[in-house]
Amino acid sequence: MSDEMTLYLQVWRQKDSKSKGGFQNYKVENVSGDMSFLEMLDMLNENLAREGKDPIQYDHDCREGICGACSCMINGEAHGPGKKTTTCEMHMRHFNDGDAIIIEPWRAKAFPVLKDLAVDRSAYDKIIMAGGFIEVKYGNAPEANSMMVGKEVADFAMDNAACIGCGACAAACPNASAMLFTAAKTTQLSLLPQGKVESKKRVQSMIKKMDELGFGNCTNERLCEAACPKGISIISIARMNREYMGTLLKSDY
Amino acid sequence: MSWVSSYFASSVGKKSVMALTGLSLVGFLVVHLVGNINMLIGSDAFNHYSHFLLSFEGIYVLEAVLAALFLLHAFFGLMIAFQNSQARPDSYSVQTKSGRGTTFASSTMPYTGTIILIFLILHLFDLKFGEHYSVPNEEGVRDIYKLVLVYFSKPLHVAWYIIAMISLAIHTSHGFWSAFQTLGFSHPKYDGFLRKSSIAYAVLVGAGFSFFAIWAYLQHGGNV
Repeated sequence: MSDEMTLYLQVWRQKDSKSKGGFQNYKVENVSGDMSFLEMLDMLNENLAREGKDPIQYDHDCREGICGACSCMINGEAHGPGKKTTTCEMHMRHFNDGDAIIIEPWRAKAFPVLKDLAVDRSAYDKIIMAGGFIEVKYGNAPEANSMMVGKEVADFAMDNAACIGCGACAAACPNASAMLFTAAKTTQLSLLPQGKVESKKRVQSMIKKMDELGFGNCTNERLCEAACPKGISIISIARMNREYMGTLLKSDY
Repeated sequence: MSWVSSYFASSVGKKSVMALTGLSLVGFLVVHLVGNINMLIGSDAFNHYSHFLLSFEGIYVLEAVLAALFLLHAFFGLMIAFQNSQARPDSYSVQTKSGRGTTFASSTMPYTGTIILIFLILHLFDLKFGEHYSVPNEEGVRDIYKLVLVYFSKPLHVAWYIIAMISLAIHTSHGFWSAFQTLGFSHPKYDGFLRKSSIAYAVLVGAGFSFFAIWAYLQHGGNV
């Protein structure tokens, strides 16, 4: 762990969604171990801007691991080598002086590259729009304890609600499948009283939308849960499968 | 599209077909393996066992069900593999083995599956529809025992058989657990048990079937 590192980056540059992209080599000097990965890219971009070159476009927003914007593949791993970390939370101290780092955008048919590292993740929004919400009107907050929810159930729903829709699951999946995302977004609602009401309709329409958008079929390779910055488990996928298979014979009504 | 057809066209629907047919075939392999034990008892036991199966009236129904299971599994499997290759038109330049998630078995399912499919066709061709030996003094009883010993007297046949059984073991080491996961049986309470069972099952069928091929080879065609 050295405080002043020199890194050799290979970054995917692509003009727009229609152009063919390719890797460009960049040398970044004076990288501090306390910088985040995005700060390192900012430094590179400032240098590029100073030289009159086109800065690297990448998505970012909150820079504290809750918005899910900072999507990129770092040395073949979604959000880089850290467990349960987003790119913005990744510190440069995980790298060594002289390291070569290859940075690519998410690659999936459903996530087209817009420019450089920025991809269009609106496919995930479309899955949410297909039913990832509660339509029934519940009125004001109910009397405390009038709706009983077990602690473990509430915890599990909360674990799934931690999903930030960053796209790492589909990006890391060898089949570019969005099952972990869809599982998290159905599970967070289906387990709780308010969401349970429409659970069958919801799981049907969300899976239908997921398939339509061109995501692949899950083959239980588990790379999604390894890549998930929020540590959501494939147990949620099994739960969603159970719910979906149940709809073959039963409806909400 | 009706609900039933759209169910089977959906990703989860297709996977549930894979899981159900896969688990049924897992069951079939156990029956097949247990049946093979008759071979060790002797030619009479093995031939009478196979004659009992062949002369059973409902055998065609069972064979048709078995064929349907294999065909559905292969058809849906190839369809899923094809669709998945379409889901990522541009592949990543770097693929790191992080040691998390994917295993050799899980990433090679379409390939090991194809080897098993080719093996299965040859297996039926060479044995079930192979040379017809008759048991002397027993009308209409096929001498399957002799057929097996003659077939496996060739080292090339034994080698190919073992390659196919290694593929089968790799395939089922992921497939067994994966089927339960797809069907929604996944819970921290028993996930570890299912994972270990999957490996144990793979070793059992892989080593079990290979054992019979090697044993048959060592009988030198029954001419010793």
